[in-house]
Amino acid sequence: MFTPVMFASILPEILILALAVILLCVEPFWKEDQRRNAGWLTAGGLFVTIIVSLLFGQPGEPISVFGGMIRFDWLGFFFKILFMFSAAVTALLLMDHEKAGRRGEAYVLLLASLIGMNLMAVSADLIMLYLAIETASIPLYILAGFLLVDDRSTEAGFKYLLFGTLASTIMLYGFSLLFGFAGTTNLYKLSEMLTVGSLSPLLAFGLVVLVLVGIGFKLAIVPFHFWAPDVYEGSPTPVAGFLSTASKAAGFSVIVRFFFVAFPEFAPSWTLILAALSAITMTVGNLLAMSQTNVKRLLAYSSIAHAGYALIGVVAFSQLGATSVVFYLAAYIVTNLLAFGVIMAFSRVTGLDDIKDYAGMSRRNPWLGLMMLSAFLSLAGMPPFGGFVGKVFVFAAGVQAGYTWLVVVGILNSILGVYDYLNAMKYVYLYRMPNEDEEKHPVPLTRPYAIALVILTIGVILVGTVFAPWFSWSDAAALNLF
Amino acid sequence: MNFPILSIITFLPFVAAVIMLMVPADRKTEVRGIALATASMELLLSGWLYFQYLTGHMTGYQFIETYKWLPALGISLKFGVDGMSTPLVLLTGIVMFTGVLISWGVYDEEHHISAGIQDRPREFFAFLFLLAGGVFGVFVSLDLFMLFFFYEIAVFPMYLLIAIWGWVKTREYAAMKLTLYLFIGSVVALVGALVMYWTQYQNTGVLSFDMIQMESAGFSAAFQYAWFLPVFFGFAVLGGIWPFHNWSPDGHVAAPTAVSMFHAGVLMKLGAFAALRVGIMLLPEGAKQWSWLVMAFAGVAVVYGAYIAFVQTDLKYMIGFSSVSHMGLVVLGVSTLNHDGLVGAGVQMFSHGVMTALFFAVTGMIYDRSHTRQIPELGGMMKALPFAGIGFIIGGLVSMGMPGFSGFVAEFPIFMGVWGRQWMLAVVASISIIITAAYIMIAIRRVFFGPMPEKLEGHISPITTLDKVAIFTLSSCMVIIGIFPAVMVPMVETGVKHILDLLGGA
Repeated sequence: MFTPVMFASILPEILILALAVILLCVEPFWKEDQRRNAGWLTAGGLFVTIIVSLLFGQPGEPISVFGGMIRFDWLGFFFKILFMFSAAVTALLLMDHEKAGRRGEAYVLLLASLIGMNLMAVSADLIMLYLAIETASIPLYILAGFLLVDDRSTEAGFKYLLFGTLASTIMLYGFSLLFGFAGTTNLYKLSEMLTVGSLSPLLAFGLVVLVLVGIGFKLAIVPFHFWAPDVYEGSPTPVAGFLSTASKAAGFSVIVRFFFVAFPEFAPSWTLILAALSAITMTVGNLLAMSQTNVKRLLAYSSIAHAGYALIGVVAFSQLGATSVVFYLAAYIVTNLLAFGVIMAFSRVTGLDDIKDYAGMSRRNPWLGLMMLSAFLSLAGMPPFGGFVGKVFVFAAGVQAGYTWLVVVGILNSILGVYDYLNAMKYVYLYRMPNEDEEKHPVPLTRPYAIALVILTIGVILVGTVFAPWFSWSDAAALNLF
Repeated sequence: MNFPILSIITFLPFVAAVIMLMVPADRKTEVRGIALATASMELLLSGWLYFQYLTGHMTGYQFIETYKWLPALGISLKFGVDGMSTPLVLLTGIVMFTGVLISWGVYDEEHHISAGIQDRPREFFAFLFLLAGGVFGVFVSLDLFMLFFFYEIAVFPMYLLIAIWGWVKTREYAAMKLTLYLFIGSVVALVGALVMYWTQYQNTGVLSFDMIQMESAGFSAAFQYAWFLPVFFGFAVLGGIWPFHNWSPDGHVAAPTAVSMFHAGVLMKLGAFAALRVGIMLLPEGAKQWSWLVMAFAGVAVVYGAYIAFVQTDLKYMIGFSSVSHMGLVVLGVSTLNHDGLVGAGVQMFSHGVMTALFFAVTGMIYDRSHTRQIPELGGMMKALPFAGIGFIIGGLVSMGMPGFSGFVAEFPIFMGVWGRQWMLAVVASISIIITAAYIMIAIRRVFFGPMPEKLEGHISPITTLDKVAIFTLSSCMVIIGIFPAVMVPMVETGVKHILDLLGGA
């Protein structure tokens, strides 16, 4: 039986699928020089999808549909909007990528992965969850290795594939054990089965760890982070941006729903594990970021560190904690997309990715310099940018839950972070190019970049100043968990 | 009062910064014009605010504006000023105005004159105004969250301003050191603020960052003892308190003139003010418990800062360490927790702000023309730059605490207050007055009098009219307050009264 609610619950996915099919049908008939229009089509289609979903696909009371496979609630919906936004921006950034921008497959793969992520955010069943994670991952393996002639890209794709499959196998093992002990695959029923009396603490601990391997890989938290710097460095920059934002946020949508819904009884044990991981992740990410010379690797380590900050909200295991995670991710996605967008725009013109190549950048294109400054300061957690508010909320949730020590670790880490980001900005604003005449070569922005970057910059400032609406949406999303 | 003067004062610099960034990069004069127009407007507005507060014989928090920002967490955009913060708002207006005048500069390739900011003035003024907006925001915020918000905004442009336009030799090092010091301080205080927020919620069930409400949050004594130190010292780092003062002289030296003026004139007050408002006013029991420690540190800062200033040969380092010494006096006055000390501290914040801005302005003028700040290499400036010389001497007299100038009005009550608490410390701290007099007079004699070194002869071009306006504005403030203390002291007293009430009439 197919009800309107069921239709509404997968409305965005239906539209995305339709978009992908249209793209596949239309693109082969385009001439070589028109092919980049696939980016306009994808981005435009996704923005339409976002609007249509906001108009007709809003969830009401949380409800399980499709035989309990999908949970239709604000948490999933909010994440879906975030993923679609980030995919739309990625499509814009991909358009003028020299090697990947004119290949229709890239956009189709992006959309396929997006469908997987959307489903990750709403899955209420272990089987659905696993399928969604694989649907999201496999296109990304291909996208990471998309530049066949580039050894580093191939390496990135292969490395990502190996790490990814290993992690998901271990997680699948965890899922099967869960099913074995509880007799159900539905997350909302698991919580009734998995009570403190029915499961020995040690066993519960083991199960949590197994599942964490899979999700931790998506989040790129320490110790499952080894793939991230190499993959980010090798894969096409827009894809790296997508990996570090949407893919990471998808992991968080799973971790929040999975632990909050299925494991509330074992909260003391998993919050402790996550608190430890959070502290280690932040510290390792920020410390390793210090010595990076490649800007993509710098952002890779910074995104590892940011997963650590966001985990503080999960550890808090409270309404405010969940809200702050969602808010943090919204701010982080906009910020990091901006950072990758600027890098993409710069390397498209210069072909360079090292931090030292950014010397004199603010003189070559002052606006690009300001945008990079906004992105990096937001990452460092400075107002009036989104990163500051996100951090304060996460820290507030941590303090409320009594994890003051973790917040102190987070705060010490944000100091390390400030150092990392300012060190990079030093090149942009302070240093001159070895040959000062070269500074007269501007760094022009093509139209898709200009549009994407302006939207993102405004977004970063809006999230950081007028934060009430974003907060109330995050709050609505988190409300469904309790 | 319906006219939202405080929001206008706070947000005007941000608007101006954005407008300036829109101007094409090669239109330098237009950018400077916008900057000067905005700064003049800020001066007028803050002057009007001060005048209203003074002539209206107002007390307590006035000009309050409240806008709900995030009701779910009790964050609101709440602005208001009291007798403590009104002079500081005026101070910021004055320093902003004079800072823009000083940065206007002159450029003459033929005579190798390059004063003020010539490289990318658009970005310079935009960042400077972001800084100014943040400073105004901190002084007028009555909401703890917003206070942090503006506090951080005031900190980060410093990095860029120093690193890009600063003194080539030390700017990178100094800028990073300064940013990290200040950021560490502020985030440590932030943890304290968050803990206060949740404790208030536990105690009263009110979820709010409103500081007026937090004054009656009923924090237990044990809680206050524990959290006073991180909160107070977290902010006091920016106030340049010993032993966390190290960033400050380096920062002063590396910064371009207008930024030094802002840094020493206003930013350091930001630290002292926030430490007072959040540390002492919200955690009064903690303040009483630990005031001996604060007092000891401040006492060291006063004497030690003066000593170090005495042995400096670089003019900017000398002023930088004298700032540590004078800000030590502010913290010393605050730490007495009595009427005299607090009033003195309030006036000293204003007086030192104006005085040190004047010092840095004059130093910048001299450096731009002689390309050295080494005191032994200078001389005879009085003939070449008489106006600057007079300004420096007035600043020097203020610095020494001469009667008839604002320095006396500020320092005398501070020493009275300290005497009331611990007369030994007052005696020790007063040594600093003698040392200050010594180094200031030596500097004046060497730099402004005596023969001019031969290599400088003929290279010292006169200062511009804009520079003279700046010097005149700053000097006249100090003289007016020195002669008519009634224009400021009663106002500060109203602010102090409220603090004393919170301290339980101690």
